Amino acid sequence: MKARNAVRRGSLNLAALAVFAVTIFPVYWMASTAFKPTRDINADTPVFVPTRLTLEHFRTAIGADGFGTFWRNSLLVTVVAVVLALLVALGAAFAVARLQFRGRRGFVLMVFIAQMAPWEAMLIPVYIIARDTDMLDRLAMLTLLYFIFTLPFTIITLRGFLAAVPVELEEAAQVDGCTRLSAFRRVTFPLLAPGLLATSLFGFITAWNEFAFANMLIVKNQDDRILPVWLSSFSNTFGTDWGATMAASTLFALPVLILFLVLQRRVTTGFVSGSVKG
Amino acid sequence: MALHTAPRKLRDPGQELRRPAVPGRRRSLVLWPYLLIAPTVLGVVFLLVYPLLRNLQLSFQSFGLRELIRGGAEFVGFDNYRELLTGGEFWDVVVRTLIWTTVNVVLIVGIATLVALMLQRLGRAMRILLMSALALAWATPILAATTIFQWLFASRLGVVNWVLVRLGFDSYEGYSWFADGTATFTILVILVVWQSVPFAAITIYSALTTVPAEIYESARLDGASDWRMFRSLTVPILRPIFGLVLCLEVIWVFKCFTQIWVISEGGPNDATTTLPVYAYQIAQTLHHYDLQAASSTITVLLLAVILFVYLRQLFRQEGEL
Repeated sequence: MKARNAVRRGSLNLAALAVFAVTIFPVYWMASTAFKPTRDINADTPVFVPTRLTLEHFRTAIGADGFGTFWRNSLLVTVVAVVLALLVALGAAFAVARLQFRGRRGFVLMVFIAQMAPWEAMLIPVYIIARDTDMLDRLAMLTLLYFIFTLPFTIITLRGFLAAVPVELEEAAQVDGCTRLSAFRRVTFPLLAPGLLATSLFGFITAWNEFAFANMLIVKNQDDRILPVWLSSFSNTFGTDWGATMAASTLFALPVLILFLVLQRRVTTGFVSGSVKG
Repeated sequence: MALHTAPRKLRDPGQELRRPAVPGRRRSLVLWPYLLIAPTVLGVVFLLVYPLLRNLQLSFQSFGLRELIRGGAEFVGFDNYRELLTGGEFWDVVVRTLIWTTVNVVLIVGIATLVALMLQRLGRAMRILLMSALALAWATPILAATTIFQWLFASRLGVVNWVLVRLGFDSYEGYSWFADGTATFTILVILVVWQSVPFAAITIYSALTTVPAEIYESARLDGASDWRMFRSLTVPILRPIFGLVLCLEVIWVFKCFTQIWVISEGGPNDATTTLPVYAYQIAQTLHHYDLQAASSTITVLLLAVILFVYLRQLFRQEGEL
């Protein structure tokens, strides 16, 4: 019996290691290729554990035409959209979680539907609308779109986090002479901060990932392109320089991975409550 | 959608509103909720409802490159839908989209369930290790992942070809995956499954952890076998969360555009043209904005059915809006 259990334990761990390897390998391969000297990348037998490391590919990627601009554009669009969504969502989530009003259920339903909206099917009408309102080739248009992409689930997750903060705390503050607003600001808001961070991570990933609209809406003004679009046309930029391509991918993934490490503990709870796709 | 927060206590936050107060103050309190949700409603109306309606309008017009530049599109009734639905190509795309969705979702939910069950049984250290890997894969941006897979499957120097040749499949020496329809389809499936399993696995695992260990304990004492416990305990407990994950994955996989577009643009030979890619193609390369709109409307309707099932499941589970 004991021996059988040990065998079982062992095979389970072995299987887990296999899953671990398959899951992590693509990410590892990206990073290791980015740091490997070109000679190792072009070796007939792949170098799985590079012994010599180089920053050469990162230099190539960063030095590439426009990389810095696109990276900054991406960051700007994403951050503005996420902050805007957080502000708007905070108000809406507060209304939904704390106030009673006619149409509340309808509003919540609308938010849930908007979260699942088939944006990919609306590229052309959005393009035409943007053109007609003179918003084509403008980062502001992308910012607005990313704002509305991230807004629904920001409301949904914040509502979940708000519901977890007891109303009694706010009421106690009101009894002590706070107005409702300052009770919220001084008592609930600090308790909500971790929730805000986790939510912003999801928003950040969604906006940072977006490609289809960026590809469609920024056409003429090449300086206003953002990173995903640039990365997708990497073959024109680098040919088959996989080292530089992987370095660029690493730099692209970096902000998300850093945010992720910082907020890691919060993430799995938000995972479930947010139903967010990366 | 807090699946795991305790049900909110039943109390009436509107209580104080009904307390006798100065009339003016009272009215402003009643207005508050509407002011707070107004920006959201405005955003949804302008950026979601309006494009949807515009799309619907387009689908009933004759709208090509000329109308795009000069304006003045004519209404043509159901012509676009007729053209789309009677052509063979559209149905090929619909069937392909269904195959694409089914293959992906079955693999995602199947693998995710196995991984979740595995996570439940692992020791602490091993579990944290696996969870971190899953989180890392989940957090990798779509485009970075897509680029990585192009590199993994590159015909020259690609590590996958190298491994296959080493395993004895010599025909994979310098094999170009992206030139063959089925091979490209397969790579896209692997990519999407790799990206989607972490979310599904962690969600299912969280649902598993809500089951008290005592239930399993007592079932074991009653002499239940592993298989029996899985069938009679785990499956019923997981069923609602299963429904949710299933619906979400169906919607996400169905809508998937970026990966396909970047890797193959729907090729080679249309082997990877699903509905969203098809719509984009006829608009971008053929300038048939009207047909694209009709195709998109059909996509939206198909998704609406799945969305309806999802929302019903969601609200049944949550018990309240």
